[in-house]
Amino acid sequence: MGRKLLLEHINVPGINTFDVYRSKGGYAAVEKALKTLTPDEVVEEVKKSGLRGRGGAGFPTGMKWGFLAKPEGVPRYLVCNADESEPGTFKDRYLMTYIPHLLIEGMIVASYALGAKTSYIYVRGEMMPQIRILEKAIAEAKNAGFLGKNILGTGYDLELYVQPGGGAYICGEETALLESLEGKRGNPRIKPPFPAIAGLYGCPTVVNNVESIAAVVPIINDGGEEYAKIGIGRSTGTKLISAGGNLKRPGVYEIELGVPVEEFIYGDDYCQGIANGKRLKAVVAGGSSVPILPANLILKTINNEARLMSYESLADGGFVSGTMMGSGGFIAYDEDQCIVRNTWNFARFYHHESCGQCSPCREGTGWMEKVLHRLEYGHGKMSDMDLLVDVSKKIEGNTICPLGDAAAWPVASAIRHFRDEFEWHVTNAGEAVTKNYGLANYADPLPKLETAE
Amino acid sequence: MLSVQDNNSPVEFSPELISKFDDVVSRYPEGKQKSALLPVLHMVQAEFGWVSAPAMDKVAEYLDIQPIEVYEVASFYTMYFLKPQGKYMLEVCRTGPCGIVGADKIMDHIEETLGVKEGEVTPDGLFSWRGVECLAACGYGPVLQIGPEYTFYENLTNESVDKLIGDLKAKANN
Repeated sequence: MGRKLLLEHINVPGINTFDVYRSKGGYAAVEKALKTLTPDEVVEEVKKSGLRGRGGAGFPTGMKWGFLAKPEGVPRYLVCNADESEPGTFKDRYLMTYIPHLLIEGMIVASYALGAKTSYIYVRGEMMPQIRILEKAIAEAKNAGFLGKNILGTGYDLELYVQPGGGAYICGEETALLESLEGKRGNPRIKPPFPAIAGLYGCPTVVNNVESIAAVVPIINDGGEEYAKIGIGRSTGTKLISAGGNLKRPGVYEIELGVPVEEFIYGDDYCQGIANGKRLKAVVAGGSSVPILPANLILKTINNEARLMSYESLADGGFVSGTMMGSGGFIAYDEDQCIVRNTWNFARFYHHESCGQCSPCREGTGWMEKVLHRLEYGHGKMSDMDLLVDVSKKIEGNTICPLGDAAAWPVASAIRHFRDEFEWHVTNAGEAVTKNYGLANYADPLPKLETAE
Repeated sequence: MLSVQDNNSPVEFSPELISKFDDVVSRYPEGKQKSALLPVLHMVQAEFGWVSAPAMDKVAEYLDIQPIEVYEVASFYTMYFLKPQGKYMLEVCRTGPCGIVGADKIMDHIEETLGVKEGEVTPDGLFSWRGVECLAACGYGPVLQIGPEYTFYENLTNESVDKLIGDLKAKANN
């Protein structure tokens, strides 16, 4: 079992209350930052830590903070992105439910570093229970003098508010989130300007994921350099992985980046293997948007090296034989799962969630859903696979925001790796409606792989 | 699409509700009261069970914005009901991870048990159900949620769904 930086005290009874959280060393990062460090020094520690955004893009958090414009007399904002909606991902819900003060503490330190006097936590609307938990935590922190005017007598003022969303996946995209926070439809903005220059109400704004903000607490407590010692290469620190699907022990795990994927799936400390004694067929490693991989390719890279839970190792092989860390939504599929059905399910999701601004995404996601539906229900054609790849290519890169890419990748990767299963749905249309294709040659032992096209 | 346009029953916001709105508006800089729109619509829905056109007009008046600015938001976000629903709206996650652990079967079971199709209301006015997209509880699927509290029910089985529906009926009849 690796080190725990975020969930170390998760099992302490009452850790969701201010008093217990404080008794376990909570809010020490606020004291240290506000009393002994300048805002720039806090930013510097985060840069040194190598922390990469935990929402999915993996952009270095410290660098993002460094881009924030600081014009005289203009307010700056920190907005926490708690609009967790990526299928497969439920770590932020877990963190906010069980250890809400970690997020509040991170928000105070990060707001201080950025010079924000008002900060918002934008929580997806369905998480009303978590909104109530956060509002209670904020009231407790304020009561103890960690929020409001003149925090700890340092002269720093901060107000922190929770904002509910309305049930739209697109609002996880940072500019759509800002539109939503301004009371509008969640249509992503054209960039530039980036939020660091013109964000909320046109003011300089940083938008960070819940887990990124929480990670600032151990970074300030231990120092950026200490944090960077954990993990492997440019994947520093720990990461929350949401494990779901056909696993024996699904749930949220804090891992040191670099744990072998095989150990994560089968290890006693982690998911303990596939449920009901089944075999692993495929994995979506980073939330529904990232390419799906067959079991053999998720366990080992194309060069037959063990694949690790790190940004670099998961991406090894590019999209030909690799995938992405994404938001850490790890979905395991057993031998009974149908890849065509799953791909159709995801395509329906993206069609439903497309905001409709850009034609390639609005129209393309609908067509992909329709074609996949007919394949799944026995009316597909052999030419449909090429058609789907063609549509996905026409969406990818041609939209204002990354939802287009996110819709294209799962479809393109499923056909790349599971084309025989799609073809079987055409040649055995009657059978495909009642039974599944099964494991075929997707799992161990490793079949000989063709070299990348 | 906005069937609520047909419903012209006037709506009054109580002073208690207005004071909750005021509290939300105070979170934003002056002149940025439109930011309160999503939270205010949630409060309206919690109070009335859905968001009618007259209610949206009232919200527009309160926030000093155009009615269209409210309509376009209420129709964009999936959480707002633009027509009346059952007292308990069972929203079942149907996306990927829940899909592979049996969400479809749970929805079939709910449809059979309640005897109404997705989006319809039971004759007693108590229940509606619908499939919704990912609820971020993928490790505990299948899951459903019930507003306005948005309580979660996880690891659903046909039996746990039967019990839940029974409990809600008993609660409503007390």
